[in-house]
Amino acid sequence: MFWEQLINGLTLGSSYALIALGYTMVYGIVQLINFAHGEIYMFGAFAGLFLVLSGVNVFIALLGAMVFCMLLGMLVERIAYRPLRGKSSRLSALISAIGVSIFLSTLMALYRGTNTTRYPEIIGNSTFSVGSIQISSLQVIILLVSALLMVGLQLLIQKTRIGKAMRACSQDLEASSLMGINVNRVISATFAIGSALAAAGGMMVGIYYNAVWPYMGTMAGLKAFAAAVLGGIGSVPGAMIGGLSLGVMEIMGVAYLSSSYKDAIAFAILILVLFIRPQGIMGQKISKKV
Amino acid sequence: MIILEMDKISQEFGGLRALDNVSLKINEQEIFGIIGPNGAGKTTLFNIITGIYVPIEGDLLFKGQRINGTAPYDIARMGIARTFQNIRLFDKLSVLDNVRIGCHGVTHSGFWASVLGLPISRKEEVFILDRAEKLLQLIGLYEKRYEYANNLAYGEQRRLEIARALALEPSLVLLDEPGAGMNPQEKEELMKLIRQIRDDLHLTIVLVEHDMNLVMNICERIAVLNYGRKIADGTPAKVKNDPQVIQSYLGAGA
Amino acid sequence: MDAFIAQYIDAYYLRIMIFIGINIIMALGLNLITGVTGQLSMGHAGFMSLGAYTAAIISLHYDAPFFLAILAGAAMAASFGFIIGIPTLRLDGDDLAMVTIGFAEIIRVFFLNFEPGGKAVGLSGIPQYTDFATVWLIVIVVIILNAKLLYSRVGRSLFAIRENEIAAQSCGINTTRMKILAFTVGSFLGGLGGGLYAHYMYYINPQDFGFMKSIEILNMVVLGGMGSIPGTVLGAVILTLAPEMLRIVAEYRLLFYGGMLVILMIFRPNGLLGDVRIYDLKKRWGKKR
Repeated sequence: MFWEQLINGLTLGSSYALIALGYTMVYGIVQLINFAHGEIYMFGAFAGLFLVLSGVNVFIALLGAMVFCMLLGMLVERIAYRPLRGKSSRLSALISAIGVSIFLSTLMALYRGTNTTRYPEIIGNSTFSVGSIQISSLQVIILLVSALLMVGLQLLIQKTRIGKAMRACSQDLEASSLMGINVNRVISATFAIGSALAAAGGMMVGIYYNAVWPYMGTMAGLKAFAAAVLGGIGSVPGAMIGGLSLGVMEIMGVAYLSSSYKDAIAFAILILVLFIRPQGIMGQKISKKV
Repeated sequence: MIILEMDKISQEFGGLRALDNVSLKINEQEIFGIIGPNGAGKTTLFNIITGIYVPIEGDLLFKGQRINGTAPYDIARMGIARTFQNIRLFDKLSVLDNVRIGCHGVTHSGFWASVLGLPISRKEEVFILDRAEKLLQLIGLYEKRYEYANNLAYGEQRRLEIARALALEPSLVLLDEPGAGMNPQEKEELMKLIRQIRDDLHLTIVLVEHDMNLVMNICERIAVLNYGRKIADGTPAKVKNDPQVIQSYLGAGA
Repeated sequence: MDAFIAQYIDAYYLRIMIFIGINIIMALGLNLITGVTGQLSMGHAGFMSLGAYTAAIISLHYDAPFFLAILAGAAMAASFGFIIGIPTLRLDGDDLAMVTIGFAEIIRVFFLNFEPGGKAVGLSGIPQYTDFATVWLIVIVVIILNAKLLYSRVGRSLFAIRENEIAAQSCGINTTRMKILAFTVGSFLGGLGGGLYAHYMYYINPQDFGFMKSIEILNMVVLGGMGSIPGTVLGAVILTLAPEMLRIVAEYRLLFYGGMLVILMIFRPNGLLGDVRIYDLKKRWGKKR
């Protein structure tokens, strides 16, 4: 029972982690809580659905959804955030993000209606047992794909030119631009990568829970943001750990405490952690420079 | 009379010793200068005196009272005011409001008095406005009192910070690089201003400064910091001729 | 009073005016926290729901006079604001935003499971005591007291915290205490609005006070202009009217609403009245002549 719940928790948590990465990367560079990120995740789930429905192989569909959301994420950044950058407070950018979020979820609701759409049976969902633990093949696939994406992201950040530029920008945006880094390009790339990861998370959650709907991004987005803060906002490994641990704790809470408080558990944990360790699990304590 | 005494103060950041066993005594109504190369720990010293950092070792005595670990706002209310190296004004508030906020520490009306407009609040408002306007006249920014603080020129912003600090009715004022970014003429006026406020308001002034000319000109005593240690102190003439200072700070040709 | 007004104003408009009034009260509360003091709170609906439920339950079960019920609701919200504020306000910036979201969600889930509040079904049959005259009387009082506060020693110290916390401390301002004060008073106004809302709607339900409601109130503050009382009032008026005006575009309403937020922020990044001052206007007029 416990081990199965753990696997369930990790599966849910890996989707939180994939969304949280987008929040944390964007936040690390432009200090913006990208509230439209949950909607990108929702669009990823739907894009994947449409591709699967039109008969594309599920993994190709996953790639397609990621590419689509990549473009969508860049478009949103270009239209709604870039014009505000530098000339306004962070709060106006936040409101702009909220505007985009409302716009995108309404757009999908108009197109598909507000009801839940079921994912077609695409992966033969067989369960097998390891010892006494039941695991579904779907869970294995989700965990594997998530792990692959996260390793890929780490390599990208650590080894590539754009990754180095991203790290530089998250240290100091102004200095980076003085060093000849094209800051707009880096920010655009950050949105692209974060959006692609969210899309993957969205599609996998859609398949796993066999349901997608236009407002699925709101709560998932909030919890993923909570995961990012839990791990220490701005920290990439923090987002992964925050997401996974939040997923596990939520599932455990539902299993052993009460299911009617499901949505409150994640936030309660987050608040407790922040009070004890304000910088999050992996965040560094930044002493204010005076 | 000693107004401020630091006794073997040490501070560390992440294992790095920012201040090492620094002891200083500052007399009432003197103009005291702290000099030293970048990273010598001058601003850290100010942050310790104003309670932003709590020193890991040593004692800090203000008018004979130990103030280690006292909250910054309480230290301000005890009469230690300061300006900041990287100017910290209330940018989107008027020049006048900046100085009025400076009066916070010497006024008392609370929430209910303010909301209900009780006589104590109204009386204090008159006092605050009067005080702020006088200070702005003193530093020559009265004409610009309704401008946003961040619309002022750089030198004006530095002077506004001084006015805000003075609003606190302090007995000790810490000026962190008051002359930074000023042209020679502005610096000349600044020196006059510093002397004037000391003489008229009977204050003690401690300043951190890079401009040797300014420091040697107005400071009665000077302490030299290097890598967190005090390497000399005394009158400008004495410090200027101290071999250790010449070697480690002023360097050849100074 | 309302019967008199109803002779001249259509019931539909009266209803909208009442909503505008309630939103002004709540938005002014949030303005104090976020606009003036600069502490980003994204859970104002949580305090609204505390006020709404407390006031409604008192009215339903104890038959208390109306003003007592809504005051109790506001006091309940304020005490929660105070209790939550103490540990929370040590956090800065966006951690605070997250924690306030979290608290509001926890409160919502709590009411979803709260027996005396009717759980997910909500509370119905709340007497409709709230009317036009009461709401606008309260609005006027709140605006006057708010203005008095902002132009006082205490109000200026709140602005100082928003502008530069360290400099504020160096002026002798106990920033933690002032932040808690702003949070408590702001929550009080949120709860007051909630109580009025409950006594106008007959019926409340935890979903009325979700994340989107918090966002709606925050939008009013930011759109109008952070820290400005006329700005917040204008923001509340516009964003309460917007969904009604947008009825002509029927189901595309929210699409326009979202788009409008983005466009307004691009063209007026500091809010509609955020950087408008009579002094500057006068100066500009003076130059033209």
